Amino acid sequence: MTPREDSLLAVQGLQVEANGQILLSVPSLEITRGEVVVLIGPNGAGKSTLLQTLACLREPTAGTLRFAGQTIHLHNPPLALRRRLAVVFQEPLLFDSTVAENVASGLKLRGVAKTVIHERVTVWLERLGIAHLAGRQARTLSGGEAQRASLARAFVLEPDLLLLDEPFSALDPVTREALTETFHRLQRQTRVTTLFVTHDRLEALRLGDRVAVMDHGEILQLSTTEEVFSQPVNEAVASFVGVETILRGRVETQVAGFAEVRVGSGERLATASSLPVGTAVTLCIRPEEVTLLAPTEEPLSSSARNHFPAQIVRIIPWGVALKVHLDCGFPLVAFVTRPSVEILNLREGGAVIATFKATAVHVIAES
Amino acid sequence: MNLLLAGTKQAFWLLLSGDPEVWRITLLSLRISTSATLVSLLIGIPLGTFLALTPFLGRQLVISLVNTGMSLPPVVVGLFVTIFLWRSGPLGVLHLLYTPTAMVLAQVIIAAPIVTGLTLAAIQQLNPKLRLQILALGASRVQLVWLLLREARLPLLAAVMAGFGGVISEIGASLMVGGNLLGYTRVLTTATVMETGKGNFDLAIALSVILLLLIFGVNAVLTYTQQRQRPL
Repeated sequence: MTPREDSLLAVQGLQVEANGQILLSVPSLEITRGEVVVLIGPNGAGKSTLLQTLACLREPTAGTLRFAGQTIHLHNPPLALRRRLAVVFQEPLLFDSTVAENVASGLKLRGVAKTVIHERVTVWLERLGIAHLAGRQARTLSGGEAQRASLARAFVLEPDLLLLDEPFSALDPVTREALTETFHRLQRQTRVTTLFVTHDRLEALRLGDRVAVMDHGEILQLSTTEEVFSQPVNEAVASFVGVETILRGRVETQVAGFAEVRVGSGERLATASSLPVGTAVTLCIRPEEVTLLAPTEEPLSSSARNHFPAQIVRIIPWGVALKVHLDCGFPLVAFVTRPSVEILNLREGGAVIATFKATAVHVIAES
Repeated sequence: MNLLLAGTKQAFWLLLSGDPEVWRITLLSLRISTSATLVSLLIGIPLGTFLALTPFLGRQLVISLVNTGMSLPPVVVGLFVTIFLWRSGPLGVLHLLYTPTAMVLAQVIIAAPIVTGLTLAAIQQLNPKLRLQILALGASRVQLVWLLLREARLPLLAAVMAGFGGVISEIGASLMVGGNLLGYTRVLTTATVMETGKGNFDLAIALSVILLLLIFGVNAVLTYTQQRQRPL
């Protein structure tokens, strides 16, 4: 693979081992200037290991790295390279000094002139909304304020690559929302190339241009955020990005890009797929794509090709919505709003009709 | 009780009247122990930092030895330094026995493990992730060590106080390698023992009070430095 013109960072054959165990194995990964790549995956997936390796904080067992067109020896990365990066961790990790001194620390290490430091620190304290805290001792800050200082300390370096390791996951929901918004805005303004690690898929959806789903030290899928969430490449990715219904079946008929798939329990689902008859497939249906109708109602939309009488197994409160587990012969999960529960008179054990479009079913051919 | 009061009064009188002998003993105590503490810092801070940051084979053993060294009995140190500096000993040619230099040497052996052990603990109590963060900020190896020491400055000042406290108050080593020679190697602790032995309790008490004042003064300065910027 030849790196693209606008490639900032490209790794090949990256491998990290510890005590004879492979912690990370990434055959190739490329990050383009200006984009936000989000690494998501469960705990222990190797996200932080990958971030630390790319930040030159952890020496890999094998692999090559090209940064801005230069080949870097990962066994002894030059200080000059580390000084083009900035990292924000989950903990703010501030020094025991004032907020302004903390924000200035990276610039001081680079020997930047005092007047320049003062100017840039002032600007970034302002942008992060903590100018009024400049003289405060860092240890007296709240969690949110401290993380703002930590973000300012990274942004002020105007790095070529900004790496963030679950920067908001230790914060309460309100603070977290405010900080995510601030970060999102500043990233859009500066267009700083960003690698963002999180286990929160909503954060990934919101911030990522591209998303890499990781598990067991490998990148399972890396593509646009849209694609990862609507077209997961396998079951593991599907379940991690929030696909609730995953079914196995085989293509029975194929007519002009519409395949009918027979699932294990015998039902036939209409799907938009041109896979040939006989192909073994996995079907993924996101809960928000499923609509529920009263059992007496006539189906209105003709494009919703799948209609199944169903029995309600469980209704679980799910944030602002409710998650309804259905039995259509096969298990199916739907999201409904609270008002529709009342209108449709949904209750556990009751009957309902579940409908979803053929295009809402994501089909993965089994290899 | 009267004895104590009389001794304390005498202490202030001796100091304020500028008694040359008492002043000389006091300043010598301060000079020897301060020098020993400074040398211990030069040895102990780098060594403690190295032990805290560098994994190597036998590290646990070295740390155990340092921790043992933190409670070295001064008498034992005095004995071994005496043997080494004895005219026929390995370092006899240096003619250092019964000199202030020998006392500094013995006190360094007492204080260095204390400073090393407490420096090690001071660095180890820092969040281990702070090292990653400092490197991620673009620090060189030297800058990393400097910033870690700066972060650990409060417990490091405690190490200085403990080191100084260990040597200003010891007597065994000073007596053995210094010899309590008037005007040359006599310090506050050795003088106190001698005066007590002679039955001069009021003078002995006066010397003890001066010693306590000295220790208080030094620690007050260090504590002030330590607590200056720390709100409750």
